[in-house]
Amino acid sequence: MERSWEDLIQAMRQGSVRALSQMITAVENRETGWHEGMKAVYPFSGSACVIGITGSPGAGKSTLTSVIARRMAEQGLSLGIIAVDPSSPFSGGALLGDRLRMQEISTLPGIFIRSMATRGSLGGLCQAARDVTRILDASGKDVILIETVGVGQDEIDVVRASDFVMLVLFPGSGDGIQVIKAGTMEIADLFVVNKADRDGADEMASEIAAMLSLCAFEDRPVPQVVRTSALNRIGIDELMSVLTGIVRERKKRRLPGSDEVREEILELVEREISRLVRQDLAKNGRLQQSVDLILAKKSDPYTAAARLLPLFVRSSGACSGQEGRP
Amino acid sequence: MDQQGKIRVLIAKPGLDGHERGARVVAFGLRDEGFEVIYTGLRQTPEQIVNAAIQEDVRVVGLSILSGAHLSLTQKVIEGLRRNRADDVLVLVGGVIPDADRTALKDMGVAEVFTSGVRIGDIAALIRLHADAVPVQVQP
Ligand SMILES: Nc1nc2c(ncn2[C@@H]2O[C@H](COP(=O)(O)OP(=O)(O)O)[C@@H](O)[C@H]2O)c(=O)[nH]1
Ligand SMILES: [Mg+2]
Repeated sequence: MERSWEDLIQAMRQGSVRALSQMITAVENRETGWHEGMKAVYPFSGSACVIGITGSPGAGKSTLTSVIARRMAEQGLSLGIIAVDPSSPFSGGALLGDRLRMQEISTLPGIFIRSMATRGSLGGLCQAARDVTRILDASGKDVILIETVGVGQDEIDVVRASDFVMLVLFPGSGDGIQVIKAGTMEIADLFVVNKADRDGADEMASEIAAMLSLCAFEDRPVPQVVRTSALNRIGIDELMSVLTGIVRERKKRRLPGSDEVREEILELVEREISRLVRQDLAKNGRLQQSVDLILAKKSDPYTAAARLLPLFVRSSGACSGQEGRP
Repeated sequence: MDQQGKIRVLIAKPGLDGHERGARVVAFGLRDEGFEVIYTGLRQTPEQIVNAAIQEDVRVVGLSILSGAHLSLTQKVIEGLRRNRADDVLVLVGGVIPDADRTALKDMGVAEVFTSGVRIGDIAALIRLHADAVPVQVQP
């Protein structure tokens, strides 16, 4: 990093798309000093409305995202879109195809689209996506849409950090409600039955509504169910009126909840510990010693873990730091 | 893996031809080589391609062109990248390219031209070579 984070952030806040894009890369890649970059970004963030869009592959999330983004842009809102797709566990590579359905809107003024790969659980998708969201927020975007495939816990955690979560379903997917993944149902603030141009959408919508009527929603409103066709533009007005309401409401409430903040601190600390452990144990050969002992049938993983942990704690020493802004 | 940047590659099809098999094969192949491949599909304008390259901050743009309009389309993409001060992006062209046009493309700044029968491994090797050679410059 040749230029300072402050320069990069200033350029990005003045509208340099390239600066924004490079800032995201540096933080996503966890380049040296990325914490400093995020520290500098943080004070500028906190005003964007973050909407998570999740659901099974092929549900129409990307197509719908594109339709929503266009409508919001027409309302004068600026948007950041993050489209997450899984990395291949075999090669570590990824095919990021969401942009395919968003290319027409990608050149509209105020819209910035970024594809992100999950990069395996070690990468900490949730924190990385949160950081990218925050960068987009600090760059001045009014609304941030995050598309993820609602499969892994990681992806679910990503949308959980949003202000509002849309679960996109479609008829004929075998996605009967009994199949909807546990965990995705609970986080949804809005159920969207997409592909309503096809048979079965009405049935699916009433099935979901029936199920929701059986659930107790104590701390939040009962989720609505809307039917849409992203292709034939059916139900989009209804969807937009819900989303516009959310964006408007978000403008008033600017502070994150204390649970949210607590979780984020814990996650950052946990990540850092895990990184330090790996670095420390690999560096001084202790890890390999234990591996060798176990392979020689002279030890076992439980003994090794019990022996290594105190060694790590001792060698890492006590860290101290100052906190607080002048 | 979490400490190290992945090489990001944009695979795009400018122009009007509707054959995307080759582009898809390359996109999947490069994924299997460990790259993060952003695939934007058919009928992209040079403006859309440049815009995607900047927003996605890719190191490589691969253009697949079968329409015969490779010279003018490639020229426009390269000019667009330059205008955005993204001329460190490696531009590769693949598709149906007559031998006679290879030099013209390279003179424009195309790093390599690949035609049918190319091995994905060769494309991957070229990308890795370039990525190692040119450090990312931050220049907003
Ligand atoms: N019939 C119908 N097809 C749709 C609709 N929305 C999206 N699709 C199609 O469904 C496929 C998957 O869409 P995509 O947006 O990529 O889904 P994603 O995987 O959830 O992001 C594409 O072929 C779309 O054209 C819709 O409302 N009706
Ligand atoms: Mg998608």
